[in-house]
Amino acid sequence: MNPWNKLMCYCRRRSPWLFHMNGGSCNGCDIELIASLTPRYDAEQLGVRLEGSPRHADILCITGPITHNAVNAIKTVYGQVCGPKAVVAIGSCPATTNVFIDSRTLAGPLNKHIPVDVFVPGCPPRPDAIIQGVAMAAGILAERAAKKLPIEPVVMPLSGSDCGGDCACAAKTESAPSEVQS
Amino acid sequence: MNLITALARLLIFPGVLFAVPAAWFFLWVERKSVALMQGRIGPPFMQPFYDFIKLLGKDTPPRSGIGGLLMKAWPLIAVSAAAGAVGLLPVLPSSGGFQGDLILLLALLELPSMCIIAAGFSSRSIFGEIGSAREAVLSVSYNIVFLLAIVSIAASQRTFSLEALARLPFSPLQILGIVAILVCLPAKLHLNPFSLPNAEQEIYSGPMVEYAGPELAMWELSHGLEWVAATGLVATLVAPHLTIWWLAALVFVALSFGVVLLLSVLAAATARLAIDTTVRFYWQCTLIFAVLAISSALFMRFRS
Repeated sequence: MNPWNKLMCYCRRRSPWLFHMNGGSCNGCDIELIASLTPRYDAEQLGVRLEGSPRHADILCITGPITHNAVNAIKTVYGQVCGPKAVVAIGSCPATTNVFIDSRTLAGPLNKHIPVDVFVPGCPPRPDAIIQGVAMAAGILAERAAKKLPIEPVVMPLSGSDCGGDCACAAKTESAPSEVQS
Repeated sequence: MNLITALARLLIFPGVLFAVPAAWFFLWVERKSVALMQGRIGPPFMQPFYDFIKLLGKDTPPRSGIGGLLMKAWPLIAVSAAAGAVGLLPVLPSSGGFQGDLILLLALLELPSMCIIAAGFSSRSIFGEIGSAREAVLSVSYNIVFLLAIVSIAASQRTFSLEALARLPFSPLQILGIVAILVCLPAKLHLNPFSLPNAEQEIYSGPMVEYAGPELAMWELSHGLEWVAATGLVATLVAPHLTIWWLAALVFVALSFGVVLLLSVLAAATARLAIDTTVRFYWQCTLIFAVLAISSALFMRFRS
Protein backbone atom coordinates (compact mmCIF):
# COMPACT_ATOMS: atom_id res chain seq x y z
CA MET A 1 0.00 0.00 0.00
CA ASN A 2 1.43 3.40 -0.90
CA PRO A 3 1.57 6.17 1.75
CA TRP A 4 -1.46 8.03 0.40
CA ASN A 5 -3.65 4.92 0.60
CA LYS A 6 -2.31 4.22 4.08
CA LEU A 7 -3.21 7.76 5.20
CA MET A 8 -6.64 7.45 3.57
CA CYS A 9 -7.28 4.14 5.35
CA TYR A 10 -6.22 5.71 8.68
CA CYS A 11 -8.47 8.73 8.17
CA ARG A 12 -11.46 6.62 7.10
CA ARG A 13 -11.21 4.62 10.32
CA ARG A 14 -11.14 7.82 12.39
CA SER A 15 -13.91 9.79 10.77
CA PRO A 16 -17.14 7.79 10.56
CA TRP A 17 -20.09 10.06 9.79
CA LEU A 18 -23.44 8.48 10.45
CA PHE A 19 -26.82 8.75 8.86
CA HIS A 20 -29.60 7.38 10.99
CA MET A 21 -32.71 5.82 9.48
CA ASN A 22 -35.78 4.38 11.11
CA GLY A 23 -37.25 1.31 9.40
CA GLY A 24 -40.37 1.02 11.54
CA SER A 25 -38.61 0.95 14.89
CA CYS A 26 -40.35 1.37 18.25
CA ASN A 27 -37.92 4.30 18.84
CA GLY A 28 -36.01 2.43 21.56
CA CYS A 29 -32.87 1.89 19.48
CA ASP A 30 -33.09 5.43 18.08
CA ILE A 31 -32.97 6.80 21.62
CA GLU A 32 -29.93 4.61 22.38
CA LEU A 33 -28.18 5.81 19.21
CA ILE A 34 -28.67 9.43 20.28
CA ALA A 35 -27.57 8.45 23.81
CA SER A 36 -24.24 7.27 22.38
CA LEU A 37 -23.54 10.88 21.31
CA THR A 38 -24.43 12.42 24.67
CA PRO A 39 -21.85 13.42 27.33
CA ARG A 40 -21.90 10.06 29.09
CA TYR A 41 -20.76 8.01 26.07
CA ASP A 42 -19.41 10.78 23.77
CA ALA A 43 -18.89 8.99 20.46
CA GLU A 44 -17.35 12.17 19.02
CA GLN A 45 -14.04 11.00 20.53
CA LEU A 46 -13.92 8.54 17.62
CA GLY A 47 -14.76 11.29 15.14
CA VAL A 48 -18.40 10.19 14.91
CA ARG A 49 -20.75 12.85 13.62
CA LEU A 50 -24.47 12.44 13.04
CA GLU A 51 -25.10 14.00 9.63
CA GLY A 52 -28.32 15.46 8.29
CA SER A 53 -27.87 14.29 4.72
CA PRO A 54 -27.13 10.73 3.50
CA ARG A 55 -24.77 12.24 0.90
CA HIS A 56 -22.38 13.27 3.69
CA ALA A 57 -22.48 9.95 5.53
CA ASP A 58 -20.15 6.95 5.50
CA ILE A 59 -22.15 4.63 7.72
CA LEU A 60 -25.87 4.04 7.45
CA CYS A 61 -27.42 3.12 10.82
CA ILE A 62 -30.79 1.39 10.44
CA THR A 63 -33.17 0.54 13.26
CA GLY A 64 -36.49 -1.29 13.23
CA PRO A 65 -37.93 -4.48 11.70
CA ILE A 66 -38.22 -3.00 8.14
CA THR A 67 -41.87 -2.49 7.29
CA HIS A 68 -43.19 -2.71 3.73
CA ASN A 69 -43.47 1.08 3.72
CA ALA A 70 -39.83 1.52 4.66
CA VAL A 71 -38.21 -0.84 2.12
CA ASN A 72 -38.13 1.52 -0.85
CA ALA A 73 -37.00 4.45 1.28
CA ILE A 74 -34.15 2.37 2.72
CA LYS A 75 -33.03 1.25 -0.74
CA THR A 76 -33.14 4.86 -1.99
CA VAL A 77 -31.14 6.17 0.95
CA TYR A 78 -28.62 3.30 0.62
CA GLY A 79 -28.12 4.42 -2.97
CA GLN A 80 -27.70 8.04 -1.91
CA VAL A 81 -24.83 7.30 0.49
CA CYS A 82 -21.63 7.72 -1.52
CA GLY A 83 -19.02 4.98 -1.44
CA PRO A 84 -17.05 3.68 0.38
CA LYS A 85 -19.92 2.99 2.74
CA ALA A 86 -21.02 0.54 5.42
CA VAL A 87 -24.33 -0.42 7.00
CA VAL A 88 -24.91 -1.02 10.71
CA ALA A 89 -28.16 -2.72 11.75
CA ILE A 90 -28.96 -1.52 15.26
CA GLY A 91 -31.05 -3.75 17.52
CA SER A 92 -32.52 -7.21 17.14
CA CYS A 93 -35.32 -6.04 14.84
CA PRO A 94 -33.36 -5.46 11.61
CA ALA A 95 -31.42 -8.70 12.25
CA THR A 96 -34.33 -11.08 12.89
CA THR A 97 -37.51 -8.92 13.03
CA ASN A 98 -37.50 -9.82 16.75
CA VAL A 99 -40.96 -10.12 18.40
CA PHE A 100 -42.70 -8.93 15.23
CA ILE A 101 -41.70 -12.08 13.35
CA ASP A 102 -44.30 -13.39 10.85
CA SER A 103 -46.16 -10.09 10.87
CA ARG A 104 -47.83 -9.38 7.51
CA THR A 105 -46.72 -5.74 7.64
CA LEU A 106 -43.03 -6.60 7.63
CA ALA A 107 -40.56 -7.09 4.78
CA GLY A 108 -37.56 -7.68 7.06
CA PRO A 109 -34.96 -8.74 8.02
CA LEU A 110 -32.76 -5.99 6.64
CA ASN A 111 -30.16 -8.16 4.90
CA LYS A 112 -32.81 -9.39 2.44
CA HIS A 113 -32.74 -5.90 0.90
CA ILE A 114 -29.31 -4.32 1.34
CA PRO A 115 -25.92 -5.78 2.37
CA VAL A 116 -25.39 -5.28 6.12
CA ASP A 117 -21.85 -5.10 7.55
CA VAL A 118 -22.39 -5.12 11.30
CA PHE A 119 -25.37 -6.33 13.33
CA VAL A 120 -25.59 -4.88 16.84
CA PRO A 121 -28.07 -7.17 18.63
CA GLY A 122 -30.08 -6.13 21.69
CA CYS A 123 -33.54 -4.82 22.44
CA PRO A 124 -32.39 -2.09 22.63
CA PRO A 125 -28.57 -2.44 22.50
CA ARG A 126 -26.53 -0.43 24.98
CA PRO A 127 -24.87 2.76 23.67
CA ASP A 128 -21.41 1.19 24.25
CA ALA A 129 -22.38 -1.69 21.98
CA ILE A 130 -23.58 0.77 19.31
CA ILE A 131 -20.30 2.69 19.52
CA GLN A 132 -18.38 -0.57 19.22
CA GLY A 133 -20.46 -1.54 16.20
CA VAL A 134 -19.84 1.81 14.53
CA ALA A 135 -16.10 1.57 15.21
CA MET A 136 -16.07 -1.93 13.72
CA ALA A 137 -18.00 -0.73 10.68
CA ALA A 138 -15.53 2.11 10.17
CA GLY A 139 -12.65 -0.41 10.27
CA ILE A 140 -14.44 -2.72 7.83
CA LEU A 141 -15.19 0.21 5.50
CA ALA A 142 -11.58 1.39 5.50
CA GLU A 143 -10.19 -2.08 4.88
CA ARG A 144 -12.69 -2.86 2.16
CA ALA A 145 -11.99 0.42 0.38
CA ALA A 146 -8.23 -0.15 0.58
CA LYS A 147 -8.31 -3.75 -0.66
CA LYS A 148 -11.43 -3.42 -2.84
CA LEU A 149 -13.03 -6.44 -1.12
CA PRO A 150 -16.65 -7.50 -1.73
CA ILE A 151 -19.27 -6.64 0.89
CA GLU A 152 -19.86 -9.38 3.44
CA PRO A 153 -21.82 -9.22 6.70
CA VAL A 154 -20.23 -9.50 10.14
CA VAL A 155 -22.07 -10.33 13.36
CA MET A 156 -20.80 -8.54 16.43
CA PRO A 157 -19.18 -10.98 18.86
CA LEU A 158 -20.89 -9.76 22.03
CA SER A 159 -24.46 -8.84 22.74
CA GLY A 160 -24.82 -5.37 24.18
CA SER A 161 -28.16 -5.52 25.96
CA ASP A 162 -27.58 -8.54 28.18
CA CYS A 163 -24.30 -7.44 29.74
CA GLY A 164 -26.03 -5.17 32.26
CA GLY A 165 -23.17 -2.71 32.12
CA ASP A 166 -20.70 -4.73 34.23
CA CYS A 167 -18.91 -6.70 31.53
CA ALA A 168 -16.96 -3.63 30.39
CA CYS A 169 -17.94 -3.75 26.74
CA ALA A 170 -15.71 -0.76 26.09
CA ALA A 171 -12.65 -2.45 27.54
CA LYS A 172 -12.83 -5.33 25.06
CA THR A 173 -12.45 -3.14 22.02
CA GLU A 174 -9.34 -1.10 21.41
CA SER A 175 -11.04 1.74 19.63
CA ALA A 176 -13.85 2.51 22.08
CA PRO A 177 -13.73 5.93 23.79
CA SER A 178 -11.10 6.20 26.45
CA GLU A 179 -13.15 7.62 29.28
CA VAL A 180 -16.60 6.10 29.32
CA GLN A 181 -18.02 7.12 32.66
CA SER A 182 -19.85 4.50 34.64
CA MET B 1 3.08 45.85 -3.03
CA ASN B 2 5.21 44.11 -5.63
CA LEU B 3 4.56 40.69 -7.10
CA ILE B 4 6.85 38.76 -4.76
CA THR B 5 5.41 40.15 -1.52
CA ALA B 6 1.91 39.67 -2.89
CA LEU B 7 2.61 36.02 -3.74
CA ALA B 8 4.31 35.46 -0.39
CA ARG B 9 1.31 36.89 1.42
CA LEU B 10 -1.14 34.84 -0.60
CA LEU B 11 0.76 31.54 -0.48
CA ILE B 12 2.79 31.56 2.75
CA PHE B 13 1.80 33.95 5.53
CA PRO B 14 -0.98 34.74 6.28
CA GLY B 15 -2.08 32.92 3.11
CA VAL B 16 -2.54 29.28 2.19
CA LEU B 17 0.41 27.68 3.98
CA PHE B 18 -0.58 29.25 7.31
CA ALA B 19 -4.31 29.55 6.76
CA VAL B 20 -5.18 25.93 5.91
CA PRO B 21 -3.69 24.42 9.12
CA ALA B 22 -5.12 27.40 11.02
CA ALA B 23 -8.54 26.67 9.50
CA TRP B 24 -8.40 23.06 10.70
CA PHE B 25 -7.18 24.21 14.10
CA PHE B 26 -10.04 26.70 14.49
CA LEU B 27 -12.59 24.09 13.40
CA TRP B 28 -11.16 21.77 16.05
CA VAL B 29 -11.22 24.53 18.70
CA GLU B 30 -14.88 25.17 17.91
CA ARG B 31 -15.87 21.50 18.24
CA LYS B 32 -13.64 20.88 21.25
CA SER B 33 -14.84 23.89 23.23
CA VAL B 34 -18.48 23.03 22.53
CA ALA B 35 -17.72 19.48 23.75
CA LEU B 36 -15.99 20.73 26.90
CA MET B 37 -18.88 23.03 27.70
CA GLN B 38 -21.28 20.10 27.34
CA GLY B 39 -19.15 17.98 29.69
CA ARG B 40 -17.76 15.77 26.91
CA ILE B 41 -14.18 15.08 25.87
CA GLY B 42 -14.68 15.90 22.24
CA PRO B 43 -12.87 15.09 19.01
CA PRO B 44 -9.11 14.43 18.83
CA PHE B 45 -6.78 17.25 17.75
CA MET B 46 -6.37 16.03 14.16
CA GLN B 47 -10.11 15.43 13.59
CA PRO B 48 -10.75 18.16 10.95
CA PHE B 49 -7.70 16.90 9.03
CA TYR B 50 -9.00 13.30 9.16
CA ASP B 51 -12.41 14.47 7.98
CA PHE B 52 -10.87 16.44 5.12
CA ILE B 53 -8.72 13.54 3.87
CA LYS B 54 -11.59 11.08 4.22
CA LEU B 55 -13.91 13.33 2.22
CA LEU B 56 -11.27 13.62 -0.53
CA GLY B 57 -11.37 9.82 -0.88
CA LYS B 58 -15.14 9.50 -1.21
CA ASP B 59 -17.10 9.13 -4.43
CA THR B 60 -19.34 11.87 -5.73
CA PRO B 61 -22.73 11.22 -7.30
CA PRO B 62 -22.59 11.54 -11.11
CA ARG B 63 -23.91 14.89 -12.31
CA SER B 64 -24.24 15.97 -15.89
CA GLY B 65 -24.78 19.20 -17.76
CA ILE B 66 -24.21 22.79 -16.77
CA GLY B 67 -25.82 22.24 -13.33
CA GLY B 68 -23.24 19.60 -12.45
CA LEU B 69 -20.43 21.85 -13.65
CA LEU B 70 -21.73 24.74 -11.54
CA MET B 71 -22.03 22.51 -8.48
CA LYS B 72 -18.36 21.60 -8.88
CA ALA B 73 -17.37 25.26 -9.39
CA TRP B 74 -19.06 26.90 -6.37
CA PRO B 75 -16.96 25.29 -3.60
CA LEU B 76 -13.74 26.06 -5.54
CA ILE B 77 -14.71 29.72 -5.94
CA ALA B 78 -15.59 29.88 -2.24
CA VAL B 79 -12.24 28.39 -1.18
CA SER B 80 -10.18 30.68 -3.40
CA ALA B 81 -12.13 33.77 -2.28
CA ALA B 82 -11.67 32.90 1.39
CA ALA B 83 -7.95 32.17 0.89
CA GLY B 84 -7.56 35.50 -0.92
CA ALA B 85 -9.30 37.30 1.94
CA VAL B 86 -6.86 35.75 4.44
CA GLY B 87 -3.93 36.75 2.21
CA LEU B 88 -5.02 40.39 2.28
CA LEU B 89 -4.91 40.73 6.07
CA PRO B 90 -2.14 43.13 7.15
CA VAL B 91 -0.61 40.90 9.81
CA LEU B 92 3.07 41.66 9.43
CA PRO B 93 4.28 45.26 9.87
CA SER B 94 5.05 47.12 6.63
CA SER B 95 4.00 44.14 4.56
CA GLY B 96 2.63 46.47 1.92
CA GLY B 97 -0.88 47.02 0.76
CA PHE B 98 -2.78 49.31 -1.52
CA GLN B 99 -5.41 51.97 -1.17
CA GLY B 100 -8.80 50.28 -1.29
CA ASP B 101 -7.73 46.79 -0.22
CA LEU B 102 -10.38 46.98 2.53
CA ILE B 103 -13.06 47.00 -0.18
CA LEU B 104 -11.47 43.99 -1.88
CA LEU B 105 -11.31 42.16 1.47
CA LEU B 106 -15.00 42.82 2.17
CA ALA B 107 -15.93 41.61 -1.32
CA LEU B 108 -13.88 38.43 -0.91
CA LEU B 109 -15.41 37.80 2.52
CA GLU B 110 -18.84 38.09 0.93
CA LEU B 111 -18.14 35.67 -1.94
CA PRO B 112 -18.35 32.38 0.03
CA SER B 113 -21.82 33.26 1.26
CA MET B 114 -22.88 34.14 -2.31
CA CYS B 115 -21.48 30.79 -3.43
CA ILE B 116 -23.46 28.99 -0.72
CA ILE B 117 -26.67 30.67 -1.93
CA ALA B 118 -25.92 29.75 -5.55
CA ALA B 119 -24.90 26.20 -4.59
CA GLY B 120 -28.17 25.58 -2.76
CA PHE B 121 -30.19 26.70 -5.75
CA SER B 122 -28.12 24.78 -8.29
CA SER B 123 -28.43 21.57 -6.25
CA ARG B 124 -32.20 21.73 -7.01
CA SER B 125 -33.05 20.06 -3.73
CA ILE B 126 -35.99 21.52 -1.83
CA PHE B 127 -33.92 21.58 1.38
CA GLY B 128 -31.06 23.28 -0.44
CA GLU B 129 -33.40 25.92 -1.77
CA ILE B 130 -34.86 26.63 1.67
CA GLY B 131 -31.33 26.86 3.08
CA SER B 132 -30.26 29.23 0.32
CA ALA B 133 -33.28 31.45 0.87
CA ARG B 134 -32.46 31.59 4.58
CA GLU B 135 -28.82 32.36 3.85
CA ALA B 136 -29.87 35.18 1.50
CA VAL B 137 -32.21 36.72 4.09
CA LEU B 138 -29.58 36.36 6.81
CA SER B 139 -26.88 37.90 4.63
CA VAL B 140 -29.08 40.93 3.84
CA SER B 141 -29.73 41.37 7.58
CA TYR B 142 -26.25 41.16 9.06
CA ASN B 143 -24.37 42.77 6.18
CA ILE B 144 -26.00 46.16 6.76
CA VAL B 145 -24.56 46.25 10.27
CA PHE B 146 -21.24 44.64 9.29
CA LEU B 147 -20.55 46.97 6.37
CA LEU B 148 -21.74 50.13 8.17
CA ALA B 149 -19.45 49.33 11.10
CA ILE B 150 -16.38 48.83 8.90
CA VAL B 151 -17.18 51.83 6.71
CA SER B 152 -17.57 54.01 9.80
CA ILE B 153 -14.09 53.05 11.03
CA ALA B 154 -12.67 53.69 7.57
CA ALA B 155 -14.57 56.95 7.05
CA SER B 156 -13.39 58.46 10.30
CA GLN B 157 -9.78 57.94 9.14
CA ARG B 158 -10.42 58.93 5.50
CA THR B 159 -8.72 55.80 4.20
CA PHE B 160 -9.68 52.45 2.73
CA SER B 161 -6.25 50.94 3.29
CA LEU B 162 -6.19 48.02 5.74
CA GLU B 163 -2.65 48.76 6.86
CA ALA B 164 -3.56 52.31 7.93
CA LEU B 165 -6.62 51.03 9.82
CA ALA B 166 -4.59 48.35 11.58
CA ARG B 167 -2.15 51.02 12.77
CA LEU B 168 -4.88 53.12 14.42
CA PRO B 169 -4.66 53.85 18.14
CA PHE B 170 -7.69 52.81 20.18
CA SER B 171 -10.65 55.15 20.04
CA PRO B 172 -14.23 54.84 21.33
CA LEU B 173 -15.46 54.81 17.75
CA GLN B 174 -13.22 51.88 16.86
CA ILE B 175 -14.46 49.92 19.88
CA LEU B 176 -18.06 50.56 18.84
CA GLY B 177 -17.24 49.35 15.32
CA ILE B 178 -15.50 46.22 16.57
CA VAL B 179 -18.44 45.33 18.84
CA ALA B 180 -20.79 45.69 15.86
CA ILE B 181 -18.51 43.44 13.75
CA LEU B 182 -18.37 40.84 16.56
CA VAL B 183 -22.17 40.78 16.75
CA CYS B 184 -22.27 39.97 13.03
CA LEU B 185 -19.62 37.23 13.05
CA PRO B 186 -21.85 34.37 14.37
CA ALA B 187 -24.23 34.96 11.49
CA LYS B 188 -21.39 35.21 8.99
CA LEU B 189 -19.90 31.92 10.20
CA HIS B 190 -23.31 30.20 10.61
CA LEU B 191 -22.79 29.70 14.32
CA ASN B 192 -25.39 28.68 16.77
CA PRO B 193 -27.89 31.38 17.51
CA PHE B 194 -27.87 32.15 13.77
CA SER B 195 -27.09 28.72 12.27
CA LEU B 196 -30.27 28.82 10.20
CA PRO B 197 -28.96 28.12 6.69
CA ASN B 198 -27.31 24.83 7.63
CA ALA B 199 -29.81 23.73 10.28
CA GLU B 200 -29.34 19.97 10.44
CA GLN B 201 -32.44 18.98 12.32
CA GLU B 202 -34.85 21.06 10.23
CA ILE B 203 -33.58 21.19 6.65
CA TYR B 204 -30.90 18.48 6.45
CA SER B 205 -27.91 20.89 6.41
CA GLY B 206 -29.48 23.19 3.83
CA PRO B 207 -27.47 24.22 0.76
CA MET B 208 -24.91 21.45 1.35
CA VAL B 209 -27.51 18.68 1.25
CA GLU B 210 -26.51 17.31 -2.19
CA TYR B 211 -22.76 17.73 -1.79
CA ALA B 212 -20.52 14.73 -1.17
CA GLY B 213 -16.88 13.75 -1.22
CA PRO B 214 -14.20 16.21 -2.40
CA GLU B 215 -16.75 18.97 -3.04
CA LEU B 216 -17.94 18.76 0.57
CA ALA B 217 -14.29 18.77 1.67
CA MET B 218 -13.86 22.07 -0.20
CA TRP B 219 -16.91 23.51 1.58
CA GLU B 220 -15.49 22.48 4.95
CA LEU B 221 -12.17 24.07 4.01
CA SER B 222 -13.83 27.28 2.85
CA HIS B 223 -15.76 27.40 6.11
CA GLY B 224 -12.50 27.05 8.03
CA LEU B 225 -10.80 29.73 5.92
CA GLU B 226 -13.77 32.03 6.55
CA TRP B 227 -13.12 31.49 10.26
CA VAL B 228 -9.49 32.54 9.81
CA ALA B 229 -10.37 35.57 7.66
CA ALA B 230 -13.23 36.85 9.84
CA THR B 231 -11.47 36.39 13.17
CA GLY B 232 -8.27 37.70 11.60
CA LEU B 233 -10.03 40.88 10.50
CA VAL B 234 -11.07 41.54 14.11
CA ALA B 235 -7.59 40.60 15.33
CA THR B 236 -5.85 43.04 12.98
CA LEU B 237 -8.20 45.85 14.01
CA VAL B 238 -7.68 45.15 17.73
CA ALA B 239 -3.96 44.34 17.66
CA PRO B 240 -1.52 47.02 18.84
CA HIS B 241 0.95 48.20 16.23
CA LEU B 242 4.20 46.22 16.58
CA THR B 243 7.35 46.57 14.53
CA ILE B 244 8.88 43.15 15.29
CA TRP B 245 7.44 40.75 12.73
CA TRP B 246 7.36 37.56 14.80
CA LEU B 247 5.71 39.34 17.73
CA ALA B 248 3.09 40.77 15.36
CA ALA B 249 2.38 37.29 13.98
CA LEU B 250 2.15 35.83 17.49
CA VAL B 251 -0.23 38.56 18.69
CA PHE B 252 -2.36 38.01 15.56
CA VAL B 253 -2.66 34.26 16.22
CA ALA B 254 -3.40 34.77 19.93
CA LEU B 255 -6.09 37.38 19.27
CA SER B 256 -7.72 35.23 16.55
CA PHE B 257 -7.74 32.32 18.97
CA GLY B 258 -9.45 34.51 21.58
CA VAL B 259 -12.17 35.52 19.13
CA VAL B 260 -12.67 31.86 18.13
CA LEU B 261 -13.07 30.88 21.78
CA LEU B 262 -15.55 33.70 22.37
CA LEU B 263 -17.67 32.68 19.37
CA SER B 264 -17.55 28.96 20.28
CA VAL B 265 -18.68 29.65 23.83
CA LEU B 266 -21.58 31.69 22.44
CA ALA B 267 -22.42 28.85 20.04
CA ALA B 268 -22.38 26.25 22.83
CA ALA B 269 -24.48 28.39 25.17
CA THR B 270 -27.29 29.25 22.78
CA ALA B 271 -29.93 27.47 20.74
CA ARG B 272 -30.96 28.23 17.17
CA LEU B 273 -33.30 31.17 16.66
CA ALA B 274 -36.09 31.24 14.11
CA ILE B 275 -35.53 33.22 10.93
CA ASP B 276 -37.95 36.04 11.79
CA THR B 277 -36.39 36.48 15.24
CA THR B 278 -32.93 36.63 13.67
CA VAL B 279 -33.92 39.21 11.08
CA ARG B 280 -35.67 41.28 13.75
CA PHE B 281 -32.58 41.05 15.96
CA TYR B 282 -30.31 42.46 13.26
CA TRP B 283 -32.70 45.08 11.88
CA GLN B 284 -34.06 46.32 15.21
CA CYS B 285 -31.44 45.72 17.90
CA THR B 286 -27.99 45.86 16.33
CA LEU B 287 -28.65 48.44 13.64
CA ILE B 288 -28.44 51.01 16.42
CA PHE B 289 -24.72 50.17 16.89
CA ALA B 290 -24.03 50.69 13.23
CA VAL B 291 -26.02 53.91 12.96
CA LEU B 292 -24.30 55.24 16.07
CA ALA B 293 -20.89 54.33 14.65
CA ILE B 294 -21.46 55.84 11.21
CA SER B 295 -23.06 59.02 12.56
CA SER B 296 -20.21 59.61 15.00
CA ALA B 297 -17.71 58.95 12.19
CA LEU B 298 -19.40 61.54 9.99
CA PHE B 299 -19.60 63.98 12.91
CA MET B 300 -15.87 63.57 13.54
CA ARG B 301 -15.14 64.20 9.89
CA PHE B 302 -17.13 67.42 9.77
CA ARG B 303 -15.58 68.73 12.97
CA SER B 304 -12.00 68.12 11.95
